[in-house]
Amino acid sequence: MLKRFRERFTTTDFFMWLIGGSIVTLVVVGSIATLSQGTYTIRHWFDFLVFGLAQGSVYALIALGYTLVYGILRMINFAHSEVFMSGAYIGFFFATAMKKSGFLDGNPLLALLIIFAVAMTISVVIAVLLERVAYRPLRKAPRLVPLITAIGASFFLQETFRTLFGSASKAYPDMNALKGTFALGGPFIIQKIQVLVIVAAALMMLALYLYVMRTKTGKAMRAVSEDKDTASLMGIDVDAIIVRTFVLGAAAAGAGGVLYCLMFRQINAYMGFVPSIKAFTAAVLGGIGNLPGAMLGSLFLGLFESIGPILFLDGLGVPAPYQLKDVIAFTMLVLVLIFRPTGILGERLATTKA
Amino acid sequence: MLKRLQASNWYSALQMGLLGGIIAILVSLVGMVEEFSLRDIVFNVIDMGQTILLMILVLIGNFTYRRSQSARSLNKWLEAALAGAVVGLMLWLLVLLIPALNMRAVFLNASPRLIQILTFGNEGVIALVLMLVVGGIGSLAGAVIQTLPSRYSNAIFQGIIWVALIGLLQELLQVILTTLGAHGATNWLFGDKGLSVVGAVVIFGVVLALTLYRSGNRTTLQARIKALPPASQWAIRWISFAVAIPLVWILPTILTTYPTDVANSVGLYILMGLGLNIVVGFAGLLDLGYVAFFAIGAYVMGVLTTTATGPNAGQIVWGPQFTFWEALPISVFAAVMAGVFLGIPVLNIRGDYLAIVTLGFGEIIRIMAGSDFLKPYIGGSQGIVEVGVGQIGPMFFNSPRTLFYLIFLCILLAFFISTRLRDSRIGRAWKALREDEDVAQAMGIHLVSTKLMAFATGAAMAGLSGAIFASKIGSIYPHSFKLLVSINVLALIIVGGMGSIPGVFVGGLLVFGLPELLREFSEYRLLVYGALLVVMMLTKPEGFMPEATRQQELHDAMSEGGAAPPESAPKLAKSPAKSGS
Repeated sequence: MLKRFRERFTTTDFFMWLIGGSIVTLVVVGSIATLSQGTYTIRHWFDFLVFGLAQGSVYALIALGYTLVYGILRMINFAHSEVFMSGAYIGFFFATAMKKSGFLDGNPLLALLIIFAVAMTISVVIAVLLERVAYRPLRKAPRLVPLITAIGASFFLQETFRTLFGSASKAYPDMNALKGTFALGGPFIIQKIQVLVIVAAALMMLALYLYVMRTKTGKAMRAVSEDKDTASLMGIDVDAIIVRTFVLGAAAAGAGGVLYCLMFRQINAYMGFVPSIKAFTAAVLGGIGNLPGAMLGSLFLGLFESIGPILFLDGLGVPAPYQLKDVIAFTMLVLVLIFRPTGILGERLATTKA
Repeated sequence: MLKRLQASNWYSALQMGLLGGIIAILVSLVGMVEEFSLRDIVFNVIDMGQTILLMILVLIGNFTYRRSQSARSLNKWLEAALAGAVVGLMLWLLVLLIPALNMRAVFLNASPRLIQILTFGNEGVIALVLMLVVGGIGSLAGAVIQTLPSRYSNAIFQGIIWVALIGLLQELLQVILTTLGAHGATNWLFGDKGLSVVGAVVIFGVVLALTLYRSGNRTTLQARIKALPPASQWAIRWISFAVAIPLVWILPTILTTYPTDVANSVGLYILMGLGLNIVVGFAGLLDLGYVAFFAIGAYVMGVLTTTATGPNAGQIVWGPQFTFWEALPISVFAAVMAGVFLGIPVLNIRGDYLAIVTLGFGEIIRIMAGSDFLKPYIGGSQGIVEVGVGQIGPMFFNSPRTLFYLIFLCILLAFFISTRLRDSRIGRAWKALREDEDVAQAMGIHLVSTKLMAFATGAAMAGLSGAIFASKIGSIYPHSFKLLVSINVLALIIVGGMGSIPGVFVGGLLVFGLPELLREFSEYRLLVYGALLVVMMLTKPEGFMPEATRQQELHDAMSEGGAAPPESAPKLAKSPAKSGS
C-alpha cells in the first residue's frame, strides 16, 4: 500500500502540495487572526459581500465570452479584453453627449438602454472583425499561432483606441438616478448602482443561458463545441455558428463594460486588461467551456477578491492588503490549475473537451 | 442590378478602395501621418507620413491588380486606379467632415495640420481633384509594378525600402560616416533632414542594380554556402565571426553616446530574447511572465549592492552592499531558482493555460514588488536607488560605452550557450517536447527535468539581463517590469523566427533598434507591434530568419490542416493538465 503510494507520489506532487498546503494554512491563520481582532463589523463584511457580488457579476459577463469561444474553438480569445473595452469606450462618448444635453438625467432608463445598445453593438462589430481577420484564417494552424495573433490583435486594438482618443483616463459621467443607497434595515445598506449591476448582469446571463440551452442556434453551438466535423455533417454551418458565438460573447462583454464603467466611473484604453484576466481566471475556476461554471466561478472570484485581502491578510499585519487583491486572484488561478484543472463544474474538460 | 454590379470587377476594385480608405483614415486619425511628417526621407521632397499613405495606395493598387479577374491588362490598371481614387475620395470626405462635425473633440489627432497634409495645402475642388489624382496614380503605380517581371518589381521594391531605411537613419549614418572620415560622402548623400535628391537616386540605382545582378545569378549566397562541404562551411562560419566580432567591438568608438545607449538597451533585450527563445522557441512553452525573472535579477542586484540602506525614507532596511561582481552570480542564481520554483507548479500545464499562468506569475511578482507589504525590504513603489556599478581596475561600467562591452560579452556568452544547447541532447529533447509532449515522453524524455532545464536556462539569461539593467539604470522601480516587457521580448523572437538564434538578433534590431532610433515612432511602437504580430502570423509565421525545421512544420501544418482527418482534432486540443500523474 505504502509502496504504491510512494510510486505515484512524485517529488513534483510533493512540491505542489507543499505550496498548496502552505497557502491554505496562511489563509486559515490569517482569517482567524482577522476575525479575532474584530476590527471589522458586520456592516463592513456586508459591504464587501455586495461589492464582491457586483464585481463578480461583471466578471461573469466577460467570462461568458471566454468560455463560449473556448468551448467551440479551444482557444483563449486574448483580445476579448479589448472587445470589452471598446464597447465601453464608445458608450462613454454617447453617455457624455447625453449628459451634456440633459437627456441622461431626464430620461435615465432610455439613456441607459441607448448606452447599452451602442456598447454592445461596437463590441460585437469588433469581435466579428477579429474573428474574420485574425482567427478564421488560422483555424488549422498550430495552437501557438492563433494565441500570438490574439495577443497582437489585443495590443493593436488597445493602442488604436489610445492613439485615437488620447492616453488620459476619462471620467464617466454619473447618473443622478443611480446615486444614493437603499437601506435594507439594520446595518445593511446597498448602493443603487450595485443593485443595478447585479440585477442587469443576472438578467443578461439568464437570457444568454436560455439562448444557448433552448434555441436552435444554441443547440447548434453546443453541437459544434462537441464535435465540429460531425456537426457540419449534420448540416450545421460551422463558420456561421462560430461567428454567432463571438457575437454572443461580445454582446455580454459590451454590456459588462458599461456596467463596469458605471461602477468604477473611469475609462481608458487599458481598462480591459485586468478585469478580463480576472474573468478568464473565473472561467477556468468554474470549468472552462461550461456556462454555469463561468458564472459561478466569477461570483466566487469577485467575492474572494473583495473579502479576501482583508480577511486573509489584515490579521497577519500586512499593510495595505488591498494592494494585493490581484495577487490573491492570480494565486487562486494557479492553485486551481494545479489542484483541480477541470474547475468547479468542469467534469467534461478532463476527458473529451480540452 | 445589384447582383450584376457585385459580379463585375469594378465592384471588387471598389471594395479594395474602401478597405484602403478605412486603413488610410485610421492611420491619419491615430496621428501617424502628422507625427511622421516631421521626418523627411528625401529632404524637402517626401516625408515619412506621406510615404505611409503612398505605401497604402501602392499596396491597394497592387492587390486590386492581382485579384482582378479582367482579361485585359488595361482594365486591371483602370480598376487599380479606381481603387486608389476611392481611397483619395474617402480621405477627402474625412477632410470635409473633420471641421463639420468638430471631430477633434473626440479624435484628438484630427488637427488642422492633418488636413493640410492630406490636401497638400489646397482647399475645395482643387483639393478633391488633387487627392483623387494622387490616389489614382499611386495605385496605378502599384499595379504597374505588378505587371513587370517579378525580378524587376522585386528590385524596385528593394530599392524603395533601402532608400526609405537610409533616409530614416540619416542622423545615425551621418555620424558614423563622419567619424570614419567620409566627410565628402555625407555632404552629397544627405540633406539637412533625410537624403538629398542625388543621394536617393544613387542609392536607389545601386540597390536596383545589385538586386538585379543577384537575381540574375539565380542561386542565393545561402544556397551556395550550403552546397559547400561541411569543413568549408565551418570555416566560413568562423571567419564571418572573426570579422563580425571586431567590427561590433569598435562600434562604440564610432557611435555617439545616444546610439550606444540604444545599442545597450537593444543588447539587454537580445539577451532576454536569447533566453526566451530557449523557453518558447526550443521547448515550445509559451511563457508570458518572463519579465518576472528579469525583475528578480534586477531586484537581487539592487538589494545586494545598494548603498542606500538604513531606516530613512528612500532606503531599504537591509543590504549587504556587495560589489557588482559579487552580486552578479547571485542574481543569476536567484533567477534560476525562481525559474525552477515557478516551473514546478506549471509542469503539467500546457499551451494557452501555461501562457495565462505564467502571465499571472509575472503580475504577482510586479504587484508584490510595488506593494507596501514588502516596501521595507525592496523599496515598494519608490524602488531601490544607488545600485552598484561594476568595476575592473580603473574601468567603471556605468557609461554607455563601457557597458556596451559588458553587454556584448554577455550576449556572446549567451549566444554560445544557446547554440551549444540547441545542438546537444537536451536541445533535441526540447524540440521533441515542442512537437508533441506525449510522444516525447513515450520516447523516454524525462518531462520534468527537460522542462525545468528550459525554464532555468531561460531564467538565467533574463536574470543576467535584469542585473545589468539595474546597474545600468542605477535604480529600480516596479513599473519597469510590466507585462509589456514580456510581450516585447515575445514580439522580438516571433519577428526573428521562433527557435532561430540569429533571428533573435534580427528581431532585436528590427523591433527595438529601429523604433528607438526613430523617436517619432515610439508613440506608435505598440500599435505597429500588434499589427505586425497579426500580419506575421497570417503570412509568415516562421519569422524573418526562420529555423529550417520550424518553417517546414508550420507550412506542413497549414497546408495539411485542411485535409486532416477528424482523429487529429483531439490532438490539437490537448488537455491543459493531467493531475495526479
